[in-house]
Amino acid sequence: MNTPLIEFKNITKRFGEQTVLDRVNLKIYEGEVTTIIGLSGSGKSVLLKHIIGLLKPDEGTILLRGQPINEMKRSELADAMSKISYMFQSNALFGSMTVYENIALPLQENTNMSKSEINKRVMARIEQTELTEAAHKYPSELSGGMQKRAALARALITDPHIVLFDEPTTGQDPVRKNAILSMIAQYQKKFNFTAVMVSHEIPDVYFISNRILALYDKTIVFQGTPEELGNFDHPFNDEVIRSLEGLQKELTGLYSRRQFKVLHHAQLQSRKSDERYCIVVFDLSDMNSIVSHIGYDVAQETIHAMGKYIDKHFDAIGGFSTRRKINEFVTVLPFANLDEAESILKDFIEDFQEGGISEIWHKVRNDAPPEKCVDFPIKAGIAEGKPTTEIDSVIKLAKSHQKEIGRLRCAVKE
Amino acid sequence: MSFGDGKTNYSDGERSLYLSLTKPFAVIGQNVINGINSMGAATIFLVMAMLKTFHPKQFSKVIQQIYYIGARSTTIIMLVSLFTGMVLGLQSYHALVQFGAQGSLGTLVSLSLIRELGPVLTAIMITARAGSAITAEIGVQRISEQIDALETMRIDPFRYLVTPRITAAIISFPLLTTVFDLIGIIGGYVSSVVLMGLNAGVYSHSIQSYVDMEDLTNGFVKSVVFAIIVATVCCYQGYFVHMREDSKGAKAVGLATTSAVVISCVLILVSDYVVTSLLMV
Repeated sequence: MNTPLIEFKNITKRFGEQTVLDRVNLKIYEGEVTTIIGLSGSGKSVLLKHIIGLLKPDEGTILLRGQPINEMKRSELADAMSKISYMFQSNALFGSMTVYENIALPLQENTNMSKSEINKRVMARIEQTELTEAAHKYPSELSGGMQKRAALARALITDPHIVLFDEPTTGQDPVRKNAILSMIAQYQKKFNFTAVMVSHEIPDVYFISNRILALYDKTIVFQGTPEELGNFDHPFNDEVIRSLEGLQKELTGLYSRRQFKVLHHAQLQSRKSDERYCIVVFDLSDMNSIVSHIGYDVAQETIHAMGKYIDKHFDAIGGFSTRRKINEFVTVLPFANLDEAESILKDFIEDFQEGGISEIWHKVRNDAPPEKCVDFPIKAGIAEGKPTTEIDSVIKLAKSHQKEIGRLRCAVKE
Repeated sequence: MSFGDGKTNYSDGERSLYLSLTKPFAVIGQNVINGINSMGAATIFLVMAMLKTFHPKQFSKVIQQIYYIGARSTTIIMLVSLFTGMVLGLQSYHALVQFGAQGSLGTLVSLSLIRELGPVLTAIMITARAGSAITAEIGVQRISEQIDALETMRIDPFRYLVTPRITAAIISFPLLTTVFDLIGIIGGYVSSVVLMGLNAGVYSHSIQSYVDMEDLTNGFVKSVVFAIIVATVCCYQGYFVHMREDSKGAKAVGLATTSAVVISCVLILVSDYVVTSLLMV
């Protein structure tokens, strides 16, 4: 792998007698979303504040593109730090300034741009973060989600190379939490910055993270992909992941991936090898387009509704489901054959088309779907497997059988 | 706390007696050390803030703070100075008339106001009105991570928050002191001439004869000293509210605001004596 963008070498931080970070080693790579997970009070925010220089380590070295920051010249360090933005857990918006003034502040204070140039840039960010109507409101007049977007717009106004997010979803409801994570993922792709995030939102952060860093007992005990974390054999997994993850996901009400695996194993290992079971794979096509055309709220409400309807129809007959990827749901029907599974799916489709899709619009906009539309298909596919077959190959087969089961209809954004 | 020379064995009773006898001195000593530390820190704080005065982007912030600290305090200063002048005129008239010296009333009122009451009462009134607000505002910004946010945006919090307030105070205090002096003299005129019947010409002539430029300059020197003290103390208390050991959060902001007002008022009176002594040498 390339030289890490940020590297911690044996970083130790103490507050008085208390050691918060003890010989922490970590690597963060350019262009990725890296999430630091751990229990509350484990030192995640302290770690993040070291990156931007709000805190200084007592021991150890922080390297930026391989260069120790304590050996950099003052101008070099100032230049490097000017490319890093920080989004605070509390947003830290200035309460006496409007959203526009908050976002414009870094440009007004740090650049010699003209008023018109600043206005152009700020308005562009305001539009990108869907805050046009709130531009001249004060932070106290905004909802929690809008405040987050305002803080994100302020963090992005200087076109940073690295953005640090300190628990960006704190205090939000499940739909909003996922909307914020989805927003971060989308902007990370759009603006191509390196994102470093501190979060508790397991497993939701797995969907948007390239790498996970696990902070446990004052040090980093794991660095790797979300998939690799699943196979990580360490007390961290038992004590932290399970306590944070819970049995069911907040947003969808479905089982977590870990619980799904356990159930899959328990249900199928006792079956005879010639018996059959079915898998249904649901797909909400092109989440990014949905987000950019209709907004985060609709995308997250769609995921929420899909989880609810899947659970309603398939749980009753002994099925169990999980959200496998950001836009993919998998349901195992351990006792159903192909015909039975198709029949249940048909009922699901009718119910979801009648109730689910209009429910999404009513919840988000409190209104019926608009006339002028771009359609986003929702697909589902069924496959039959044997207990001895690898689940991944059955899922792959089900995906190849996918067909459209519904459409999310929406207005085109101007 | 160490006890004895480390070699002699003392009984528990002796130790207890030793500690109870020395404790008051230890507390006083600790407070003195803390006080000297704070004064040193506040001086460094002031120097750091002043070094950033001439930044190109400071002008509008200073004007804004002059409006807040200065212009918006004018009404209350006028009100206080009017009644201070009136009561001074009234009391002095009754005292002087016993000696037939009511002709010196204008001199007494104007010199009292210009040399002492003007600068001191103006500083105390601004401390109460604007100084407490400065501490609370900066304190809230500190506890809500807004100052950290400034640092992450590479905006120097000293330059952005502290320097404009100190600069504005240095400009506003002498101007408001002038207003105080003027309205106070008018108040003295109202009570002594309009109400008590003193001759208007006598009142104004005694002012013109005995008030010279040195009196005005000394008054302004004091007001500048008070401005530096009040602005530094109030900004310092707010800026370091998170380092208070007696409390945290909103309560700490409240205590910092109280401390700022009390310390400022005490320092105004102490420094008034010191500056007066120096100016009279």
